[in-house]
Amino acid sequence: MNADRPAWEQASAERVVAPVQPRKLAKVPFVELADGRLQGVVSSGSDIERVYVSSITAGTLTINCSTNNNRPCGGLRGSACKHLHALRDEAVLQYGVDRVARYLRAEEGALLSGQPEAAPAAMVFSRFLRHLAYLELPESTVPIPEMHWFR
Amino acid sequence: MRMDAPSEGVEEALEVVAGFDEALTHGFARLAGDQLRDLAGALASTPLGQRAAEAAEKIAAGSVAEEHLTVLAGGRAALLGAVHDALLSQLDTAMGRRRAEYVAGEGRSAAGAGCRSWLAELAITGWKGVDHDLVSASAQPIEALLADPGMRRLAVLLDGLAAELSASCPVATMERLPRRRWADLWTRALLLSQGGWPEPAVEEVSGTLLILGVDVQEHGTAVQVQVHGVLDERLVRTSVTVAKVDTIVGLAVWPLLSGYPKLVRALAEQRAVEVRDLPLLGGGDLVWHEDRVMLKDPVDPFVTARVALAGAVAPAVPPLERHPVRIAEPVLVEGDLSGYAFDRLTPSGPITEDVLKGASACVGLMRWDGGQWTLQPLAVQKGKKKPHNAELALSPKAAKAGEAVTVLKERAGRLLRK
Ligand SMILES: [Zn+2]
Repeated sequence: MNADRPAWEQASAERVVAPVQPRKLAKVPFVELADGRLQGVVSSGSDIERVYVSSITAGTLTINCSTNNNRPCGGLRGSACKHLHALRDEAVLQYGVDRVARYLRAEEGALLSGQPEAAPAAMVFSRFLRHLAYLELPESTVPIPEMHWFR
Repeated sequence: MRMDAPSEGVEEALEVVAGFDEALTHGFARLAGDQLRDLAGALASTPLGQRAAEAAEKIAAGSVAEEHLTVLAGGRAALLGAVHDALLSQLDTAMGRRRAEYVAGEGRSAAGAGCRSWLAELAITGWKGVDHDLVSASAQPIEALLADPGMRRLAVLLDGLAAELSASCPVATMERLPRRRWADLWTRALLLSQGGWPEPAVEEVSGTLLILGVDVQEHGTAVQVQVHGVLDERLVRTSVTVAKVDTIVGLAVWPLLSGYPKLVRALAEQRAVEVRDLPLLGGGDLVWHEDRVMLKDPVDPFVTARVALAGAVAPAVPPLERHPVRIAEPVLVEGDLSGYAFDRLTPSGPITEDVLKGASACVGLMRWDGGQWTLQPLAVQKGKKKPHNAELALSPKAAKAGEAVTVLKERAGRLLRK
């Protein structure tokens, strides 16, 4: 082993991404740090068929919340609605506050300090559907030797 | 068990690989000629030598074509294959383990062409140039591969790589890069995507499977449980892979295996299994069928290891799988365990660093990574207790953790079929 290079850089099976922490998924089934946003899907408290798509943009911290049919959330008036609060709380559970704040480039206490601004809800919703589609894939009993790289 | 220093040639081969990985870090669009020539030089006396030299010259001259990349990926894999062989033979000698000869079957693997241009783009750009746009370009080919059951290996591999790249974006700002690892994943993906690899020979076997333990391998969107055992004096593995999402972790992976109740019970209750006419692949992989197995009495894996492990014949490793990361050799160690570096403890089981302190025996897997031999525990003995990786698979805690799966499946049922 070449001592000039850190062992981690010469390892095949190191973990690169910390696993997310388990959490209850009923209220906020989907949270991700992607596309330069903390974004996710929040269940409606009243209508089981309806979900809200909420997001906070990294850097500007602008916030958005709408239904999956692109109707604006009635609770978003100048400051964050309850869906955005739920999104933030669950993201902190899932990733830890450090990782969320670093991704959003914000102070830990100021994640919801931005102003409302339109953001693409349809794309987040389709990413959620793609996420759910994993659970519909068939199992396999044919070995996948490539999984030895993962742990 | 004493392991001597790696055999001659291992260090040198890894140095050449490190050079290639350095070139891939900065991208082949930049000056990568020296490192690629070194790789070609190391292969000079092999059948790949001529083509590798040509590929290195073409890329050094600024022309990066898929076929050149494929040749060089093949060269890198050949070097690591040789390292794998040297390490495994060192381990076999130390353990006095016999190993079967590889027998290829008739079939050939399918090709997955859709991802090749993305892999080429990665090589040209280099890890340091990877940004969100480049990662996003993988979504469509991966989705197509996931939809094809014959492409699962490639799909699961690429999905794992893409998730790591995405979480690391922009990669240029990372303090340190997993360059060996990402180059490994890139190389295997490019080779798998070519197709045409010989499938292993298949025979049908019957007998009593004695289970040593289970290795849980997972990334955000897949988990593979790989069971190690002894069947009729042969070491075998049997695997189930299930797709999942990142929020299903730890104990929650067990309820994902609800389609395999006998397998889960055999693991959790450490039962022997009577198997009938199960396909056994040339690489030692027993293909599980719930309807061809019958559960028998519990058998202590330490007894299995003491009685059956020493004399069991290990399977050959299929050519494309030859890489140090694939080394996972069942072993029983007893007495003072303080000399072992433990690694790969699964969050889906009860064995933690604390549990390992003061343990007096371990059934585990010998592994090698980053220049070091490590021991992955499957079951340990500590006082009167013998915790093992699947101990909690049927526990109320696992069932509770599995509620996450139920919640998401309910959501999927409502939203996906609209
Ligand atoms: Zn809202």
